[in-house]
Formats: sequence, structure tokens, C-alpha cells
Amino acid sequence: MRDEWFRADRLPHIYCAGCGNGTIVNCVLEAVSMTGWDRKNTVFLSGIGCSSRAPGYILTDSLHTTHGRAIAFATGVKMADPSLHVVVFTGDGDLAAIGGNHFIHACRRNIDLTVVCMNNHIYGMTGGQGSPTTPLGKTSTTTPYGASETPFDLVDLAVAAGANYVARWTSFHVKQLTEAVLNGLNTPGFSLIEVRCQCPTSYGRRNKYREPVDYITHLKAHAILKDKWESMEKSGQDMPADSFPVGEFVRRARPVMGVPDEA
Amino acid sequence: MKAILEGSHAIAEAVRLAKPEVISAYPITPQTHIVERLAEMVANGELESEYICVESEFSALSAALGASCAGSRVYSATSSQGLLFMAEVCFNVAGMRQPIVMSIANRAVSAPLSIWNDQQDSIALRDAGWIQLYAEDVQESFDLHLLAYRACEDHRVLLPAFVCFDGFIISHTYEPVDIPEEKEVQAYLPPYNPLNKLDADDPLSMGMYATPDYYMEFRYEMDRAMDRSLAVLKEAGKEFKKIFGRDYSELIESYKLEDAEVAIVALGSICGTIKDAVDEMRAEGKKVGLLKIRALRPFPAEDIKKALSGIKKVGIFEKNISIGSRMKGAVGYEVKDAINDSSVQVLSYVAGLGGRDIRIRDIKKITEEIEKGKGDCFYGIREELI
Ligand SMILES: Cc1ncc(C[n+]2csc(CCOP(=O)(O)OP(=O)(O)O)c2C)c(N)n1
Ligand SMILES: [Mg+2]
Repeated sequence: MRDEWFRADRLPHIYCAGCGNGTIVNCVLEAVSMTGWDRKNTVFLSGIGCSSRAPGYILTDSLHTTHGRAIAFATGVKMADPSLHVVVFTGDGDLAAIGGNHFIHACRRNIDLTVVCMNNHIYGMTGGQGSPTTPLGKTSTTTPYGASETPFDLVDLAVAAGANYVARWTSFHVKQLTEAVLNGLNTPGFSLIEVRCQCPTSYGRRNKYREPVDYITHLKAHAILKDKWESMEKSGQDMPADSFPVGEFVRRARPVMGVPDEA
Repeated sequence: MKAILEGSHAIAEAVRLAKPEVISAYPITPQTHIVERLAEMVANGELESEYICVESEFSALSAALGASCAGSRVYSATSSQGLLFMAEVCFNVAGMRQPIVMSIANRAVSAPLSIWNDQQDSIALRDAGWIQLYAEDVQESFDLHLLAYRACEDHRVLLPAFVCFDGFIISHTYEPVDIPEEKEVQAYLPPYNPLNKLDADDPLSMGMYATPDYYMEFRYEMDRAMDRSLAVLKEAGKEFKKIFGRDYSELIESYKLEDAEVAIVALGSICGTIKDAVDEMRAEGKKVGLLKIRALRPFPAEDIKKALSGIKKVGIFEKNISIGSRMKGAVGYEVKDAINDSSVQVLSYVAGLGGRDIRIRDIKKITEEIEKGKGDCFYGIREELI
């Protein structure tokens, strides 16, 4: 099914060997093909970055916009024709750095978009500079001895700003990720699916996960299910270094924008 | 000391020697290697400066402006989309008369997306009130940074500057560069001495509301400062020659123009290729020369008129397009206006947009077009579109 959505004629793709982005595109297309949506009625948008190249590999209308602005463009598309299904691919830099303002306002409005953020903790496309999700102490080309600024938690940000559906998985959790994207697509209002993914070429190389397998193993080992995470927190346990919670964080029905009126 | 350095790393060296107290930048190809190198220098303690990893170009130049208003020497760098995103702040920096120096690794603008070189980005901001200098090679890119700080911070000027160099062609090319001693640079470029700065003991407001009674006078003052910068830049160039030996006492450079019948006018790295093309054409018996423009703002109109006097055919190479204009390129108009002689044929050629190479054979072909009197057009467009 998902093959119908894939532009095989665009191969070879630009992603480096071992990159996690392909897995994520695969999961998103799997989820989209499960919705029964028409390709003609579905639009993919993106900003600029490795992550943002994804719509180029999908056989629908798409807009490859400017860095940080995908959500603003998507807002226009959705308001012009609310019957369209609108999906945004973005990166941690695109979404949370240069596009941070659009992100929180789209959550606040709860506009009916599904945003998939490929979070590799750096600006991948420009060669691995520190981003607002680079964890404390991790190295990048602009933080050669480790990042000293506190990173954003994208999930917390989306929840606090009002999004109706928020989940986080990794490129290891393909089944859960596919399901989360499907839930996002089916939830009216703003949905954010953050995917922590490997960038062996840039982030991995500078942070001891040069090998894709080591990197994915690390993601798997440090992802803690949300319920477990919360109970560990409650019991006052020390959280293992580099660990982070995964799962579904919010599914709610705040008032939304950009949903077609019931016929 | 001579070193073989990548253009970006040479520029980072120039910035290190200029000792800005605050550096604020957001990465964008092909500027990234400069700011990565600076981040490393700051982290290694080789450069004592605050390096701010801002979240966008808009913040980059805004933070730089704040730091400059507070009295610091500041530095930023960008390209293409990043510069366009800064546009609002660019006007603010110039309007608040802050002498910020910013590197522009010239790159085409979207859409369609292109990371390759042309000069549309800086030329689009021609009227923002920034000095605009264009370098031909790595050494000149290095030198113009020091020269820009000196001229911009001069109290007769107090305007910001773009130091422009072609993305990849200069930013990513290794060339031998003469890196001066720190002592020499200190002699040339003393610490920044702001005329006005934010000071709690002597409160000052900048960027305030100007009513229609006063707004125009601010613009008038900026324009006068830009006019004055012509002489100040030349002075800074003369002083540069005294200390470092390389001559920037003029804002233009003539190459084999003395007896020329045809003059090519250009900015940036293409001038190197044009010089080779001129040599070849001269060997073939054509009287051709080059006029390189180093400063687009302030525009050295008088000097250009003088340098081109007696030449009846002038062609301008434009790595920009002013869509909808008659001549097509933006620089041609100013050259034509500088010459101001209807007996001289002045034509523009839009070439090399979005990274398309301009080779010696292209320069020769364009020269033939100049001789034939055909121009104000794109050069090298695919046949099927013509
Ligand atoms: C206005 C603007 N500034 C900077 C850039 C340069 N740039 C391109 S992609 C990118 C960062 C991409 O990082 P992220 O969004 O995390 O995506 P990734 O490549 O890591 O998937 C930057 C800074 C740009 N294209 N436009
Ligand atoms: Mg990223």
C-alpha cells in the first residue's frame, strides 16, 4: 500500500548511509496508507533540512518551503481548503529554532495539521551545528566541548502550547511510531509526533555513535515508556543519563481550527 | 605569516584578529565553516569573545545590534535566505548607526532552492544603508574585514558593512594567505571607541519614534555618512597599504584599461577569471580591459567615470537580476549613470546565476556581444527557451 505513495523515480535519495530519516518516511507512509486517504487530497509540506527533503520522495502535491516556515505555509494550505489532509515534515532546528514561533502558535490555534519532527539533535543539513535540542554536554560543530544551554523538550512544549495530540518515539520503534502517526492523522487539531532518530554522519560521529547500529541500540536502550518514566519520577529515582520518555503524552479535544464543517 | 587556508578559515582568522567582543550567527551554507571555526576558537580560548548560538538569523543580527548598541565590536556572518531573513534588522542596524561588520558568503536565493553562488542576496539589500565591499579572492576577503571595521567605526561614518565574497568559489577554496601579526593589526585597528552607547549613567534611547518632522533628516544623515565613507574607506585603504603592503587605496581596480576599446565591469571572484580572459584576448589582438568594482556602496561613481574615460563600449557582468528592469542587472544602471555620456554604449549581461560557471570562453563570447552592441540580456540561457 505505502508503495503507492512513494516516488521511486526520485531514488537514489540524498540521505547518508545509516540515516534514520528513511525509516520515518516509511512509517509515515505506512500510517497514511492505513487512513484510506486519497493521494489527490493529501499534501505534504516541509521547511529546509535533511528531514525537510522527505516530501520530495512522496507522490502527492508538496511544498518545500523556507527554513522554519513549513507550519505557517501549511496553515495557509489548510485554511484555504480544510478538506485537504496536511502533513508537515520538519527537523529539530526547523521546528524549534528558526520556526519556534510558528510551532507554538499552531499548537495554540490547534490547527488541524500532523507534524512529524525528525529530531537528530543538530542542524544536520548544514553540517552538524548545535540546535535547541542538543542535549547538555553533547558536542556539535558549534559546541566543540559540549552544549551548555538547556535544550527544549519538544513534547512538553507542544503539550503546554495546546496541541491535541502529542507523542514521542524513536526510529527504532517502527510499529509504535506508525501507530502514533496514524493517531495523529486521525485526531482533529494539531498533532506533533517527535521522532528521535540517528544521524551517524554528524551527531553520532561527534558523540560516540558513529555506527548506525550502536546509535539505534542507544536510542532503544534510553527510551523509557512514559508510564514507567512517571513512576520512576514519582518514586524519586535518579533517571539514567541520556534517557527520555516515549509514548503518547496527550490526546484531547480542545477546540480546533481548519477542520471542515460537518456536512 | 603565509598559510594555505580555506577561504572561510582565513576569514575566521581575520575576525579573530579584529577581536569582536560578541559574535552572533546562525549557520547557513556556504557561511558555516566561518562560524564553526569561530565557535572553536572561542571554545579553545584563542579568541576572547561571547559566541551566541542564536536560533535564527533574525535573532543573530538582533543580538548583534543589541551588543553593538551596548558599545561592543560585534561580528556576524550569513548568506542568501539568512540575509533576507535579516532584512528588517539590517535597516535597523544602519538606522541606529551601528558599525557592525558582517560577512556575506554570496549565494542565490529561493525559490527554487539553490545553495550555489550569485550576488542576488547582498544586492537585494543594496538600499539598506550598509557599506558593501566585494572581494576577488581569499586574501582580499581577509583584508577587507579589517579594513571594514576600521572605516565603519570611524566617527565620520558609523555605518555597518557587508564584506561580500562568492560562496564556495571563495569560501571553500584553499589559497595562500598572508596573515599579519597581531601587533600590526592592533596598530591598524585600535579597540572600538563608540561615539554613543547605552550607558545607565548617561541614559540614551536608540531607534525611537521619529515623526514626519524628523524622519527624513535621519535618512539624510545616513546618506551623508555614506558619502563621507568614500574618502574614509580610501584612507583606510592607504593606511592598510602602509602597514600590510597590499593596496586598497581605491574602491575600484583597473586592469589593462589604459588603451582599451572595450571594458568589462564586474564584482567579486569572477574578476580573476576575467583578468585571464583579458590576457588571452589581448594576445589575440583585442584591446579589452577590466574594471573591478570593490565597493558597490558607497558607489565610487567619479572614479568609475575617470577609469572608463575614452572607452566607448562597456559591458557589466551581473550576478543578479532586477526582474522587470530594462537593463536586467542592477549594477549596470549605476555604471551608466556614472559614465553619463550617451556616446558610450553601456550594456548589462546577467550571467552565472545560481552557481552556473562563467568560463573564459563565456567571457570571450560576452566580449563579442559587447563589440556587436548587443546586451541588456541574460547570457547562456538554454536554447529551448529562446
Ligand atoms: C533562513 C535560513 N537560515 C539558515 C538556513 C540554513 N539551513 C538549512 S537546513 C538548516 C538546519 C536544519 O536542521 P534541522 O531542521 O534540525 O534539520 P536536519 O537537517 O537536522 O534534518 C539550516 C540552518 C536556511 N536554509 N535558511
Ligand atoms: Mg536536525
